[in-house]
Amino acid sequence: MDFNDSPEEAAFRAEARAWLAEHAPPHELPTGVKMPDTEEADRGRAWMRALYAGGWSGLTFPKALGGCGASGIEAVIFAEEEGKYHLPKGPFTSIGTGMALPVIAKHGTDEQKARFIEATLKGDITWCQLFSEPAAGSDLAGLRTKAVRADDGSGDWIVNGQKVWSSWAHLTDWGILVVRTDPTVPKHKGLTFFVVDMKTPGIETRPIRQISGASEFNETFLTDVRIPDANRLGAEGEGWACCMTVLMGERLGSGAHRSGIEPLLDYAAATPDGHGGTMLDDRAIRQQLAEALAEEQGERFFQARLRTMVSKGENPGALAGMVKLAYASRYQKTNGLALELRGLSGIAPEAGDTTTGDVQYDYIYSTVMRIAGGADEVLRNQIAERVLGMPGEVRMDKDVPFEALKG
Amino acid sequence: MNFDLSDEQKMLGEQARALLSDLSSFDRLRTLIDSGAEWDEPLWRALAEMGFLGAAIPEEHGGLGLGALDLGVIMEALGGANAAVPIMSSIVLAAEAIRLAGSEAQKAAWLPRLASGEAVATFAYAEGPGPVFATGANLESGKLNGSKAPVADAGIADIAVVLAAGGAFALVELDQPGVIRTKLDSFDQLRPHYRLDFADAAAEPMSGVGKLDRLIDQAAVQAAFEAVGAADACLHMARDYAMERQMFGRPLASYQAIKHKLADVAVATELARSNAYYGGWAAESSPDDLPAAAAAARLSGIKCFEMAARENLQVHGGIGYTFEANCHFYYRRERMLAVHLGGRGYWADRLLNAQPGSQAKAA
Repeated sequence: MDFNDSPEEAAFRAEARAWLAEHAPPHELPTGVKMPDTEEADRGRAWMRALYAGGWSGLTFPKALGGCGASGIEAVIFAEEEGKYHLPKGPFTSIGTGMALPVIAKHGTDEQKARFIEATLKGDITWCQLFSEPAAGSDLAGLRTKAVRADDGSGDWIVNGQKVWSSWAHLTDWGILVVRTDPTVPKHKGLTFFVVDMKTPGIETRPIRQISGASEFNETFLTDVRIPDANRLGAEGEGWACCMTVLMGERLGSGAHRSGIEPLLDYAAATPDGHGGTMLDDRAIRQQLAEALAEEQGERFFQARLRTMVSKGENPGALAGMVKLAYASRYQKTNGLALELRGLSGIAPEAGDTTTGDVQYDYIYSTVMRIAGGADEVLRNQIAERVLGMPGEVRMDKDVPFEALKG
Repeated sequence: MNFDLSDEQKMLGEQARALLSDLSSFDRLRTLIDSGAEWDEPLWRALAEMGFLGAAIPEEHGGLGLGALDLGVIMEALGGANAAVPIMSSIVLAAEAIRLAGSEAQKAAWLPRLASGEAVATFAYAEGPGPVFATGANLESGKLNGSKAPVADAGIADIAVVLAAGGAFALVELDQPGVIRTKLDSFDQLRPHYRLDFADAAAEPMSGVGKLDRLIDQAAVQAAFEAVGAADACLHMARDYAMERQMFGRPLASYQAIKHKLADVAVATELARSNAYYGGWAAESSPDDLPAAAAAARLSGIKCFEMAARENLQVHGGIGYTFEANCHFYYRRERMLAVHLGGRGYWADRLLNAQPGSQAKAA
C-alpha cells in the first residue's frame, strides 16, 4: 500500500504537469469574479482548443478516433494536475467529451463520427443533454417527447415535447436527444436517439429560476422540430441502449477535491459561544464536525481504493455510487449545521460576511446534489442490487405498451 | 498509487477467516457462554500456532515483525467471527505497551511469551464510571496502590500493564497477594471484565509517560479493523436472512425499506474500511498522520458497527431476539467496542485536536 505513482504514472504526471505549467495559466478564470455565461463558455472553448493542440483532449478516447487512448488512471492523474488551476471547465465542454463522444463513437455512422468527433475534441462544437423531462427523471424511460416521420417523404423526423434540466442548453451548439418513436411497445423499446442542432427552428430554451437564485439549468421546448434522419444515432428503437452508453460514461471522480469540513472548522472558530470562547469549543458541535470530517476522510480514501481498482483494470461499478451517496447528504448536513452554529446571523448575515453567504448557497445547492446524477434512492437501489446482490424492484411497467401505462 | 492490501495481506486474511470458520462457529460461542468460559483457549492456541498473535511483534522478540496492516486483516477476521480471544488486551494493547515503553529486560521477558500465546497480558486503564483513561493508581518504590475497573480479560491474564499516576505505565504480575481480581458482570458475554484492586502490589515501572497517545492511536486503528470485520459480518448475515425470508409473497430482501437500510450500512462499512486502511498505512509509514488517521478510523468504525449490529437484529425480526439466532453476539460486542478505548466524544476531540487551530479549549 502506498500513495506514490508507479514509474509510468509518475512520468505521465510529470509530462502533464510540465505542459499545464506552460499552457494553463493564461486560461485561468479570475477568482471571486462572476463573469457572464457567454464569456465562461467562450473561455471553455478556448481551453478545449488548447488541450487539443497540446494532444490532451479526449484522454481516454480511442486513438483511432482522434483521442489520446490513455488509461483511466492517467485521466485521473491529468484531472488532478489540471484541478490545480482554476480553469473554465464545466458542462458546456464535459457533456461533449464525457457523453456525446462515447455515444457517437459507439452508435454513430462513419459520417457522424467524421462530422462530430474532431470538432468536439477541439471545442468547435459544444453539447447539451436533452434527456430528463418534467415527468421522467430517475425513470428516464418514461419520457414523452415524441418523434414521428414527416409526411412529406423526406424521411425527416418531427419532434414535439419538453426537456428539462438541460445544463447550458442556451449556449451550446448541439444536443443529444432521446425521444419516443413508438408508444405501442414497452417503454424502453420505443425510444430513438438523435443529435440535434440547437439552432433548429422550434427549439426554445428558457432558463429555470432555481431556488439558489442561479439559472444554470434550462427547460427546452421542442415544437415541430425537424431533424433529418441522418442525425439519428443507432437504429429506431435503440434509444435506450444509446442512453445507457451515455450514462455509463460517468467518470470516476478525480480525487483532487478540497476539504469541505476544514472551512467549517474555521467558521465555527470565528463564531463566539457567549462564554468567552468559540463554537468550536462546543462539545455537540465538535462531535458533529468530527463525525463529518471522519466521513470525508473515508470518502477520500475510498476514492483512492476505487482508483486503485481502475488502475488494475477492474471496474468499480456501483461501488462508485457510494461516494456520491455519502458526499451529498453529508454536504447538506454539515452546511445546515454551520448555519445553525452561527446563530441568527446564519440566516441574516451582516453586509460583508461572504462566508455565511457561501454556506447558505452550499446548503441550498446540496439539495440538487442529492437528486442529480443518480438520486439517493436510485443509488441505494443500485448498491443493494449490484453490490449486495439483493433483488431488483417489482416492475409494474414490464412488458406493458407505453401507451397503456398510467400517468 | 496503490491503495489496496498486498496479495500477502489478503492471503493472511483468508487464512485467518478459514481458521475461524473451522474453530469459532456461532454454536461454539453459545457453548462458551453457557459454560461460563473465560475465553476460547483452543482458538487462542491455534492463533498462536499460525503466528497470528506475534504478527506485529518484532522478530527479535519472537514475532513475525509484520506491520499494522497485517495485524489489521487478522483483527478484521476476528471481528467478523466475534471471536472470544483476548487479542486486543494481550497483543494490541499490552504487548505494544511493552514494546513502546518497556525496558529491554521487560521486552525480553514478556514479548516472546505473549507472541507464543503462552502468557496473556491486559492493559488496565479505566477506573470506574467516567472518562476511560484514568490515572488514580499510584506506583511508588515498586509498590502499586489503587484500583482499575473494568479491565478486560484480567481473569486469564498473567500480567497487566497499568496506566498509573502521571501517565506512567506499571507492569504488574497479577498472581500475587497484593492483587485482588473481582469478576464483574460483562455486557459482552464473550469478553469478561474484572475489577483489580492493588494493595502494595509488586510492580515494575516502565517508561510510559508520553506513550499513551501513540499506544491508543495504534489500538484505535486495530479496533477499527475489528469493527469493520464485525459490521461486514452483520451486513451479510442480514442480507442472507432477508434473501431467504419470504414475506407477502416475495423475499424480504426485495423491499426498499430493507435494501436502502442495508445499502446505508454497506456505505458506512466501506468508508470505515477505507479509514482503517489509511490508519494502518499511517501507523506503518507516516507517524505524523497517525493521530488524525486513527481518530477518523475509530469514529467511522464505531459508526458502521453500530448501524450494522442494530439493523442486523432488526432485519431478523423476532428471531433476532432469541439466543438461538446469532445477532446478539454482535449486538453486545458492538457496545463493548464502542466504549473501550474511549467513545465517540473522546475521539471526536482527538480528531479535531489533530487539525491545525482546532484544539479543544478545555482539554
